[in-house]
Amino acid sequence: MSVHAVAAKTNLHGVIAEFDSPDALLEAAHRAHQAGYRKMDAYSPFPIEGLDEALGFKPSRLSLIVLIGGLTGIALGYGLQYWISVIDYPLMVGGKPYHSWPSFIPVTYELMILSASIAATVGMLALNGLPKPYHPVFNVPRFDLASNDRFFLCIESTDPQFEREKTRTFLEQCHPYEVSEVEP
Amino acid sequence: MASVARPLSHEQETTAGSVTPLIAPGHTYRSITEKISGVVLSGDVPTGWFVGIAFTLVLLGSLGISATVLLIIGTGIWGINIPVGWGFAIINFVWWIGIGHAGTLISAILHLLNQQWRTSINRFAEAMTLFAVMCAGMFPLLHTGRPWLAAYWLFPYPSTMGVWPQFRSPLIWDVFAVSTYFTVSLLFWYVGLIPDLATMRDRAKSKASQVIYGMAAMGWRGSALHWQRYEVAYLLLAGLSTPLVVSVHSIVSFDFAVSLIPGWHTTIFPPYFVAGAVYAGFAMVLTLGIPMRAMFHLQDFITMRHIDNMAKVMLATGLFVAYGYAIEAFTSLVYTTNPYEHFMMINRMFGPYGWAYWMLVLTNILIPQLLWFRRCRRSIGLLFFISMSINVGMWLERFVIVVVSLHRDFMPGAWGMYIPTIWDFGLFIGTIGFFVFMMLLFVRGLPAISIAEIRHLLFEKKHEEKHHTEEAAA
Repeated sequence: MSVHAVAAKTNLHGVIAEFDSPDALLEAAHRAHQAGYRKMDAYSPFPIEGLDEALGFKPSRLSLIVLIGGLTGIALGYGLQYWISVIDYPLMVGGKPYHSWPSFIPVTYELMILSASIAATVGMLALNGLPKPYHPVFNVPRFDLASNDRFFLCIESTDPQFEREKTRTFLEQCHPYEVSEVEP
Repeated sequence: MASVARPLSHEQETTAGSVTPLIAPGHTYRSITEKISGVVLSGDVPTGWFVGIAFTLVLLGSLGISATVLLIIGTGIWGINIPVGWGFAIINFVWWIGIGHAGTLISAILHLLNQQWRTSINRFAEAMTLFAVMCAGMFPLLHTGRPWLAAYWLFPYPSTMGVWPQFRSPLIWDVFAVSTYFTVSLLFWYVGLIPDLATMRDRAKSKASQVIYGMAAMGWRGSALHWQRYEVAYLLLAGLSTPLVVSVHSIVSFDFAVSLIPGWHTTIFPPYFVAGAVYAGFAMVLTLGIPMRAMFHLQDFITMRHIDNMAKVMLATGLFVAYGYAIEAFTSLVYTTNPYEHFMMINRMFGPYGWAYWMLVLTNILIPQLLWFRRCRRSIGLLFFISMSINVGMWLERFVIVVVSLHRDFMPGAWGMYIPTIWDFGLFIGTIGFFVFMMLLFVRGLPAISIAEIRHLLFEKKHEEKHHTEEAAA
């Protein structure tokens, strides 16, 4: 690895290519993965089926977080009502037992859905590292089109195979609209 | 299917309804972005919007005055008394919460069923849900008369009195159901908005709007890894909202069904309330969607096919509701041997409030039968009239259930009449003003149609077409 490339690694976030269609992006992602690149990310104005697999991402573990959230809600909801109605403030209502479990189901059910939904939203944001107001890709002049009608593939400088010129040449062969370097 | 590509004007009648496209032909990702975000960012505001804001501000005044007088004097200013202790407040609560349900049905259930036509209408239907639930929430809180003193028996918090809510009461279940419903609807709506907020951030011209949309978008950059988790989260939220929406109106119906009052104590209430909620909600989506579509020229995305589909859902749920009324009449007149149940139905039909029952049958059952006819489903004016009729009908349904069941129960000595006062009407009209006001602010401040989902829909349509042309070539 040349001295030049090492210097480039410290200076750049990566090299980014802009495409004008989702199919071109998908094609480029496949080629980049075949060429051995791993530290990369794509940016698109809507989700594209198969793009995550093309980039080599593993399936998300968010479902597990949501399951844990839902189970926590059940435990908290039922526990709350049991503790209040049986232990802390036993109150006889209509001759029903203190532990009248059928009456505790609706609140338990609602709290399960509430905490599972909060887990889904907060979990998704946390795994994605949001909120994150600054990110190097925002330095790319045309990146505002990533939320409009343009599709980007960025190979990051942390990739072991990353070399400023070589990576740039590789991306230029993928029929992009434009290739540019991403300031950190 | 070759006819999909045939250009059709959006109002054009076609022989087979299914060929009207979901997006008008000729759109690209960029034109979709520009058209929908332009409603907010372009700065040319239709005059109708200002007229609407001015009018709803007057109604908001009515809300402010009615609520203030109520809090100063108390619930004695309303028409409620014994025997009718539940009047407008509960009628309006159930009416509003029911209206909210269509938003969740469209965004969650139709998403799970992979119905592509939901895409153009889910965003504003969800906004409608939020504002309707806000209106609904005002009524039980104000009905307590002194809401700041009611918190200890509504929410389980360690109060200095050492007492706790009573969890065997459906009224407490209601507190949890409605507050969960509001929170989850808000989360679902916000998660759906994040990619569009990023679009707004990137397209806004002024520094202030860039900062505001930018903060709200939380730095969304459309990363493929983010989209992967986003889609999982969205699907799970849809999956969680679906049982939630059914549970919320079932629990609302328990407020009645768990009691012993004739006309309330019936097992048909949960499904019949849920169907009625969806029915009322779709009527309100049309009531709002028809003027909004015309005012902001969104006919390319809310096409006649969307409107036709909504009319069909209304027809189907309206028939569930009609079945509910029929079973209620059958159970209490023919099936039961209970004289109080029998009397309740006779009184409902021919008592002093009989007019309300027959108006209900007219507006909620008879007029909507026009939806069987394709010509009626495709006539914007008539459809608007039918949806208004259903809005009125669903309100009357709750009036009949709440007031008419209470005013003559077991003991003739305890019978009475319920006459709402000007404060009842003032508060009700005020919440309608609040609802429309919030909707007007929403369409000017946020993209009323999901831009990211419409782009995705266009992507899918392009792929389908490509597939078809390849097949045809082969």
